Amino acid sequence: MTQKLIVIGAGMATGRMLEHLFDAGANVDVTLFNAEPRGNYNRIMLSPVLSGDKSYEEIVTHDADWYAANDVTCRFGEAIIAIDRSTKTVTAANGDVLCYDKLIFGTGSNPFIIPLPGHDLEGVIAYRDLEDTRRMMDLGPANKCVVIGGGLLGLEAAAGMAARGVDVTVVHIMGHLMERQLDEAAGYLLRKALVEKGITVKCAANSSKILGENGKVKALMLDDGTELPCDLLVMAVGIRPNVKLAQDSGLAVGRGIHVDDHMVTSDEDILAVGECVEHDGAIFGLVAPLYDQAKVAALTLMGETARFVPKELSTKLKVTGCDLFSAGDFAEGEGREDIVFRDPARGVYRRLVIENNIVKGAVMYGDTADSNWYFGLIRDKTDIADMRDTLIFGPAYQGGTPLDPLAAVAALSRDAEICGCNGICKGQIEDAIAGGARDLGAVRAITKASGSCGTCTGLVEQVLAVSLGDEFVASAAVAICGCTDMTHEDVRRMIKLKKLTSMAAVWQECGWKTSCGCHVCRPALNFYLLADWPLEYQDDPQSRFINERKHANIQRDGTFSVVPRMWGGITTANELRAIADAADKYMVPTVKVTGGQRIDLLGVKGEDLPDIWADLNEAGMVSGHAYSKGLRTVKTCVGTDHCRFGTQDSTGLGIKLEKDLWGSWTPHKLKLGVSGCPRNCAEATCKDIGVVCVDSGYQVSIGGAAGMDVRETELLIQVATEQEVMDVIKAVTQLYRENAKYLDRIYKWMGKVGLDWIKERIEVDRDALVDRFEVSQSIYRKDPWTDHAQTKADSYRPLANFALEAAE
Amino acid sequence: MTNWIDIAALDDVPQRGARMIKTASGCVAVFRTANDAVFALDNACPHKAGPLAEGIVHGTSVTCPLHNWVISLETGEAQGADEGRVATYPARVENGRILLDSDFFRTRAAA
Ligand code: SRM
Ligand SMILES: Cc1cc2nc3c(=O)[nH]c(=O)nc-3n(C[C@H](O)[C@H](O)[C@H](O)COP(=O)(O)OP(=O)(O)OC[C@H]3O[C@@H](n4cnc5c(N)ncnc54)[C@H](O)[C@@H]3O)c2cc1C
Ligand code: SF4
Ligand code: FES
Repeated sequence: MTQKLIVIGAGMATGRMLEHLFDAGANVDVTLFNAEPRGNYNRIMLSPVLSGDKSYEEIVTHDADWYAANDVTCRFGEAIIAIDRSTKTVTAANGDVLCYDKLIFGTGSNPFIIPLPGHDLEGVIAYRDLEDTRRMMDLGPANKCVVIGGGLLGLEAAAGMAARGVDVTVVHIMGHLMERQLDEAAGYLLRKALVEKGITVKCAANSSKILGENGKVKALMLDDGTELPCDLLVMAVGIRPNVKLAQDSGLAVGRGIHVDDHMVTSDEDILAVGECVEHDGAIFGLVAPLYDQAKVAALTLMGETARFVPKELSTKLKVTGCDLFSAGDFAEGEGREDIVFRDPARGVYRRLVIENNIVKGAVMYGDTADSNWYFGLIRDKTDIADMRDTLIFGPAYQGGTPLDPLAAVAALSRDAEICGCNGICKGQIEDAIAGGARDLGAVRAITKASGSCGTCTGLVEQVLAVSLGDEFVASAAVAICGCTDMTHEDVRRMIKLKKLTSMAAVWQECGWKTSCGCHVCRPALNFYLLADWPLEYQDDPQSRFINERKHANIQRDGTFSVVPRMWGGITTANELRAIADAADKYMVPTVKVTGGQRIDLLGVKGEDLPDIWADLNEAGMVSGHAYSKGLRTVKTCVGTDHCRFGTQDSTGLGIKLEKDLWGSWTPHKLKLGVSGCPRNCAEATCKDIGVVCVDSGYQVSIGGAAGMDVRETELLIQVATEQEVMDVIKAVTQLYRENAKYLDRIYKWMGKVGLDWIKERIEVDRDALVDRFEVSQSIYRKDPWTDHAQTKADSYRPLANFALEAAE
Repeated sequence: MTNWIDIAALDDVPQRGARMIKTASGCVAVFRTANDAVFALDNACPHKAGPLAEGIVHGTSVTCPLHNWVISLETGEAQGADEGRVATYPARVENGRILLDSDFFRTRAAA
């Protein structure tokens, strides 16, 4: 007996189901409804159509001949509007009523439109069908488009339009692109590739409203007030299963239409396949599982028993030049380990997540040739114990004996490239060695190999080792930490040279061996990035040592100390009263006068910090940064105000300096002193920067210390006016910030670069250095206590308190 | 059988960070990694009881804020040359909430 099938939706899932039915010679009479005015096509190829790589005709999967050959009654451009399950009939949009033996839902999903003010303006579209695609194709070069959503769909839309010369901005709410499929490092590489295509990418950006003019979209406004002008706005923020019709007809519906393992809905004569279904709590958004469903549905219709079993999924992005792949679960977790491989020169990143010798997830960027092999390992749960050491290099390296790195280098041909940045081959390095180069420095000097990004340093050393044998002594350059082979200096150079403005960028471009650094490198990188890119980089509290993260000095018992600023060592009766009141109120066990001319409240409980700060703020006091690698104190003496020997207003100058410099982060702590005469009561000549006032002006000297090393400062310059003192000190501070290694105080840095170099830079670049210092201070010259007391107080309190409950 | 109890929203703990919870028998640190895995450990370093919740979180380890011992969040074991271990407790994330095993309060009370 011929079964009458009515299919709702000519989508990717139902198209595949019909193929299975006809291929198996099923005895069916099919009527195919589709709300879109066309038959089945390959929806996922809309992106190549958009970018111009394919035409619509090329992506049609079933043409008129195919429908005719299989006697399919096509009703394209017609939606089903109602179903009567008791009579087993459907009603089409034109009112026709048709009977079915079996009904198949394949209604797909609806794109989600965020209900922002203005979302109904003309020119606000989704990205789902050919109509949307044509709207984008018609936009024409030199127009502006904003895409909301930095996921798969949004990025394909953006890249497709950019390829047509449209000025595209992608607005993404999360911190990195495609965060559901990619980790930070791969997200960084993707962003970089898109930016190179001329696309503007805004992450961590929240849309607030859509602005229009004469009913047509004009701009998108972000919640920070930024306006992004646009002629078309594409929302690609997610999809919702299209269940309205199923719901209206009384089928069991959750997020999607409920189906069992055989793709049968709560009505035994109605099946559903594709994005409209919910199976075992899961909904679907990629075609691979839909094809499996299509096969199961076809078998069910033919009276066979088949079960749908969800499988691991993988994602690829169809944007030319952005080769990425992600599969499985790559979250960290108990018992999970990471293997990371980065090749900055080629922009390659690979990360595998392994648990009990089984690959759980993979993220790859740049070179995805091996993705299928990894996907197979994930899907088949292959035990990888035997190939663990070489797994990350891909299938080509498996089997046989593990590679000895030296043997591998020895086996390279003379024209194998060693240094990608400078295009230096192994042969050139061998020639340099034959010509007398005996160490890394010499090879670098002669060939430039490893002189740029430095990531091939290890390889160059291996060539040296192979060529020289025992004669070769590895260089003593000290890497920052175990996460990298690069030195602080190399990394700083890369950050400036390649304009790296995020931590993920540094990890990738400098070939970090861990996924997210460690307690040694992260604080250093955080400093380098904020010092070099104050406007672009956002300070990362999680990469700071606790004292800086919580703006208080941790004590041996886990309590903290609180030191308010006393500008230039001057205080008032009111401030002292407020300090005394705070000491009482928060039961501070110790109040001490510090060696830096101010008062320390020691032993404050972590959870009291925001409150005690708020009280001190109330009395006009701000953080003393007694915890920071940044400006600490400016010690002064009484100067001309009171002292009979004073030559200048040392107290006033000290206060001015402290008010301009506070909040600035530096490689190590920065202490200043201003003495009113050469008697030097403020001990200015053992500070990082000291000023000694004399009759004719001011002697500014640098590089003092009185800690583990005791050093006297050396004269940098003598100037006539206070203004010049301020400028010179800002300039030298900026020079120090921009160049020194993290945790080098000025005297150590000076020992490396030489006082003469510093003098010269201060002469030549003074104004530019001062300008850059001020730019940075526009962000950082503010009180962290106020900020945390007002906006982050909660984070200082316990996450939960069960101490009382248990006691009851 | 594990009896999971809801502690807080995942977003109350910063990525690569930690927060502390108080119990009758001392404090427990709840960690969140860069990839949103959560771990619960006693908030006391095996070295000199440093508050681990204040440490720097990297990968699945935390570095103690007092003297830089590195502790595995998975096992509670001190890494490298240092020796010692802190207690760990089952923790997981579901629908954006952090859950701990209620048994853990009992174990702690007994400890
Ligand atoms: C509070 C204070 C001692 C006091 O009671 O006076 C102090 C306390 C600490 N000092 Fe200091 N230093 C204090 C003035 C000094 C001075 C004197 C000065 O500034 O005139 C020096 C010598 C001058 C110098 O810095 O060259 C000083 C040289 C050090 C050093 C050695 C630095 C060096 O480069 O050799 C360290 C260790 C470090 O920073 O790595 C240090 C580190 C510390 C730390 C932060 C240790 C730590 O990491 O926890 C101490 C915190 C104690 C606590 O429990 O809160 N402290 N420390 C002083 C705070 C001044 C302020 O108002 O901010
Ligand atoms: C631009 C783009 C790129 C994509 N890229 C990929 C990719 O690279 N990889 C991947 O795996 N997936 C990709 N996808 C997702 C993939 O296209 C979908 O998962 C797939 O098309 C869903 O198939 P479906 O049959 O469930 O629904 P659809 O293909 O959406 O078909 C549903 C059809 O039902 C019709 N319909 C709805 N209601 C009615 C009604 N009442 N009466 C009649 N007809 C109705 C609709 O008009 C529609 O034509 C992409 C999607 C888009 C939009
Ligand atoms: S000298 Fe400084 S670091 Fe040493 S115990 Fe005293 S305060 Fe602490
Ligand atoms: S207390 Fe943790 S390292 Fe010392």
